[in-house]
Amino acid sequence: MRLKGGEMNTVYMDNNATTMVAQEVIQEMLPYLGNLYGNPSSMHSFGGQVGRKIAQARQSIASLLGCSPEEIIFTSCGTESDNTAIRGMLATHPNKRKIVTSRVEHPAVLSTCRELEHHGYSVAEVGVDKDGRLNLDELNHCIDDDTAVVSIMVANNETGVVFPIDEIAAIAKAKGVTFHTDAVQAIGKIPIDLNKSNNIDMLSLSGHKLHAPKGVGVLYVRKGTRLSPFMLGGHQEAGRRGGTENVPGIIALGKACQLAADHIEEENTRVAKLRDKLENAILQSCPDSFVNGDTKNRLPNTTNISFEYIEGESILLMMDKFGICASSGSACTSGALEPSHVLRAMGVPFTAAHGSIRFSLSRYNTEDQVDFIAEKLPPIINCLRELSPFVSTSG
Amino acid sequence: MWEYTDKVMDHFLNPRNVGIIDDADGRGEVGSLSCGDALTLTFKLGEDGRISDVKFKTFGCASAVASSSILTEMIKGMTIEEAQKVTNQDIVERLGSLPDQKMHCSVMGQEALEAAIDDYYTKSGKARSPKQEVKVICTCFGVTDTEIKKVVAENDLTTVDEVTNYCKAGGGCGGCKMEIEELIKEVQGSRAKIEHVVIEKPKKLTNIQKIQLIQQTINDQIRPMLRADGGDIDLIDVDGNNVIVAFRGMCAKCRMSEFTMKDVVEARLREFVSDDLNVTEQKDSHN
Repeated sequence: MRLKGGEMNTVYMDNNATTMVAQEVIQEMLPYLGNLYGNPSSMHSFGGQVGRKIAQARQSIASLLGCSPEEIIFTSCGTESDNTAIRGMLATHPNKRKIVTSRVEHPAVLSTCRELEHHGYSVAEVGVDKDGRLNLDELNHCIDDDTAVVSIMVANNETGVVFPIDEIAAIAKAKGVTFHTDAVQAIGKIPIDLNKSNNIDMLSLSGHKLHAPKGVGVLYVRKGTRLSPFMLGGHQEAGRRGGTENVPGIIALGKACQLAADHIEEENTRVAKLRDKLENAILQSCPDSFVNGDTKNRLPNTTNISFEYIEGESILLMMDKFGICASSGSACTSGALEPSHVLRAMGVPFTAAHGSIRFSLSRYNTEDQVDFIAEKLPPIINCLRELSPFVSTSG
Repeated sequence: MWEYTDKVMDHFLNPRNVGIIDDADGRGEVGSLSCGDALTLTFKLGEDGRISDVKFKTFGCASAVASSSILTEMIKGMTIEEAQKVTNQDIVERLGSLPDQKMHCSVMGQEALEAAIDDYYTKSGKARSPKQEVKVICTCFGVTDTEIKKVVAENDLTTVDEVTNYCKAGGGCGGCKMEIEELIKEVQGSRAKIEHVVIEKPKKLTNIQKIQLIQQTINDQIRPMLRADGGDIDLIDVDGNNVIVAFRGMCAKCRMSEFTMKDVVEARLREFVSDDLNVTEQKDSHN
């Protein structure tokens, strides 16, 4: 986006990849990168004051999630939380050999499960329909006596489709199986109340998806859930996750969760409206384009649009010239046969799956930015269609 | 984000010679939508026998578009004989460079040119050396042995990964990697760098080797898992293919220990040592 001075401004609509760290969050964490560098485990008040601040952060996160602070385990990222939940649950149930998950999970869950398959575990990946909705009958059918853990995400990172997580958790609970959910994309965008959603046993979240910095995550573990530690070491996190705390990251996450609670209404009103405006403008101005995923049950900030007969990376690079940041499910590398495992699981045809673009907004986006993309994108799509051998144009 | 040269970005953002010549003398089409990139190249010859006009249409990423665009500039004015000699390396050199994983884009350009020249020979009824029998090696991307040997020779490739980067072969299910290795050996002889693709179980073990391997597998693969659950395991004896172990700590008291033993210990030992091992538990051990 050009400013008056002529320099390029970034139009950032890739918030499902990562988010801007909020100014308030930076201010909150700065002292702990500076003077207040004590170790919270130390037996002196210099470290002890840091410990108290971590306790406050834990409380803020617990408030956002509707759980108690002792149920929060700090980790380094969402991926570590997912690994801990799945591997830890298998270790506590050595007699059970099966994991039930979905075909559209984030690689943090899917790669972990597929790796475990090589170690003698069996993995059931439940499918989705053409709108990305989970097949609940199949899920019910897959969970058996041999199942150690069910891991199904709250919201999909690529399409934003939101699963009926309480219903899913209840299915697992009815069979007596521990239920884990990757809520990395959902926290801060849609309300989650673990006090009410009492069939969720474990939940992963990641700081950098909600305006905290990278390198901090949380695994929520409901009281009474037996879970072997994944990272062994000191007695931090009540022995459930060794390793000296990422103090600035944890304090930042505490502040970010507080802000998320304040802004969740805005996410679901103003941000959702901006997303809808962008989506409608693109669909109207670009022929042969359509939205991927169930638009009725979707994160308020995400839209995934397929442009037929053209390739996603080309669209991204042309948008990049205008400072527009988005992402594509398609990766053109030699080793990638499938464009996006999520879109392929939904049965989106190759003609459209290669040309899918995800715009994911945040509360920092403005209407001007939406208008800017709506103006710049159609000529880009036209230009690439003229290059495509699958579109007949004159010339 | 890919690191593209200015030349690649220039040809991607301002592609030259876009389109299709309807009454072309030669037309080549390669790739498909499912593969993620495709290219149609058409050319027309002038009265002097040189390529007077050439146009392309490409579905694909920036490097696919740039490779096609620069190729049209390169061959304009060439005779058919000259154009036949253009390799994918020539395309890469003119672009400055391409990321390793994008090399297949330059190969696609060269293949489209070759297909267009073949089409020209067929149309004009001119004889061309008969095509050799080809065999499809990579069924995921439809890559033949001739194509693989060509990229290996022209780009001096020595590993399977490189072949995948240059022509995609082996990048799908990976089932053809052994065959690709054989082709590399055929072209490069002893220069071929062969990594063992298949994990092999040790074939014949002496008794001592077997016991050592069992102990090592228990230490590395089984014990950490049991310890995480408050248990432990000891290797008591190995009698032929019968492995006798004892469970300690929580595992010894656990009602489920029979399942633990059968499913975990035996599966791991069979996986890493030998398929015909059986595991039994020594129950009367003192704790």
